[in-house]
Amino acid sequence: MITIHQLSKKFGRFTAVDNLSFSINAGEVLGFLGPNGAGKSTTMRMIAGFLRPDAGHVEIFGKDVQREPLAAKRLLGYLPEGAPSYGDMRVQSFLTFVAQARGVKAAQCVSAVANVMERLQLGDVSQRPVATLSKGFQRRVGIAQALLHDPKVLILDEPTDGLDPNQKFEVRQLIRELSSDKIVVISTHILEEVDAVCQRAVVINQGKLVADATPAQLKATSMYYQAVELSVDADDSLRDALLTLPGVAQVKRAPEQRDSWVVMPESGAIILPQVQSLLAELNLNPRSIAVSAGRLDDVFRRVTESAIEEGAR
Amino acid sequence: MSAINRVCIITKRELRSYFATPLAYIFLSVFALLSGFLTFELGSFFRREQADLMSFFTFHPWLYLVLMPPLAMRLWAEERQTGTIELLMTLPITTLDAVLGKFLAAWLFSGLALLATIPIWWTVNYLGQPDNGVIVAAYVGSWLMGGSFLALGGFLSALTKNQIIAFVLSLMVSLGFLLLGFAPVASSLQSLLPQALAELLISMSFLTHFQAIARGVLDLRDVGFFVIFIASWLLATVAVVDWKRAE
Repeated sequence: MITIHQLSKKFGRFTAVDNLSFSINAGEVLGFLGPNGAGKSTTMRMIAGFLRPDAGHVEIFGKDVQREPLAAKRLLGYLPEGAPSYGDMRVQSFLTFVAQARGVKAAQCVSAVANVMERLQLGDVSQRPVATLSKGFQRRVGIAQALLHDPKVLILDEPTDGLDPNQKFEVRQLIRELSSDKIVVISTHILEEVDAVCQRAVVINQGKLVADATPAQLKATSMYYQAVELSVDADDSLRDALLTLPGVAQVKRAPEQRDSWVVMPESGAIILPQVQSLLAELNLNPRSIAVSAGRLDDVFRRVTESAIEEGAR
Repeated sequence: MSAINRVCIITKRELRSYFATPLAYIFLSVFALLSGFLTFELGSFFRREQADLMSFFTFHPWLYLVLMPPLAMRLWAEERQTGTIELLMTLPITTLDAVLGKFLAAWLFSGLALLATIPIWWTVNYLGQPDNGVIVAAYVGSWLMGGSFLALGGFLSALTKNQIIAFVLSLMVSLGFLLLGFAPVASSLQSLLPQALAELLISMSFLTHFQAIARGVLDLRDVGFFVIFIASWLLATVAVVDWKRAE
């Protein structure tokens, strides 16, 4: 388990991380969210022991990262932002170096390297210098080096950045597989990723924690929660008809797709039955109709923007 | 894993990366050719008609002035430039392990360059009967001096992420440490500054200590100077790497 206790970090006058506290339990995949410059990478660097916090501390399975750096660092695999690696080294020798430095025993080194290369499909490029690889491959090399010693904790700073949709899918699959016996912390600004792999989302803004919940709970606070999404051919009179229904707050119609409608409920209201009966009354056959579980991007914007306003005040 | 193990792993990786590009071989050839040229042309090895390697070793401080900064400039600047320092410093190794490992790699590599000049030693043995004890002492002294240039250059490399700046800084500061013992500079220091201060400054020069060793006297004070010089800059490097990391 990871305990982050009142962590703060300043760069000059700029406060990057401001009194941040939370803890992460084994088997949890935690999505670390926030706008650019919110302090995600700074926090991850402090967890990984690269940056020294100005105040507060991080404990990884009881090992204080500052007081027992070697013991703490042995427990974790870390993918730094941008997946840096020694460009002139060949993939295999780079991974062998990291395995050795991570204390993998000589006898197991070869199999550990072969194992992660297979897992991340690096076999074909094992003899190529890392610098000559495409961005997607370099990212996979970065993830591979974090897995070599089968760590209890994985800290991945934007693991799917620069990957194509298939590769993203594979990396998410991998993260799900790993999560059974590990703590995985990923930072991302791709919200669908949080939905896809995380059991818990922590949102920070200006270095402060602004939300900490499961993705479903977060989405339930969205103004789109229980909204009805319709695809139907109709003119603007439908809008007026929908607005007269009890519980309907707003009707949105996408300007570029004239047939797609979103009926927003008042907070807490369930409006699907009313909408359905209205459509039947008007003899309209929707091509699709769905109830929204809420939208993360909407929640994300709300929690991070309100904090900005508060900061301005 | 013991500290020695950790240092070795870093050293091995660094050495490997020297040879990953043709640069290592170019460096070794330039070193051998340049030292040959200096010895036989500028040093008038043959005209001196003496069976020693003074004309070879005399140029080493100046040779190192040009050839050690390019070896040292990348040690830390490159890591910071490419961001690999974040990878390196989150491995379960201490800053001291990394500093020592990198320095040792550069120092061993400079030792290899020195070994590439052994044909000159054979030449002098073929032509006459030199005092090989003096030559061994001079080789040891030369390697120690090379290490001092590298420890200093490594420290300056940790100050910046720009390798060119690291190179220029290292060239200038090393020149300073050489010139302190250069006769014209030394004599003006003595006339301008109080005696004790001038002596102290002159005693900090590579030239003074190297020339003493190159004459064949492996005095503890001269060897000690280089060892302490290297150790101090390495410790300073540890401090700078830790300090820069916080930024």
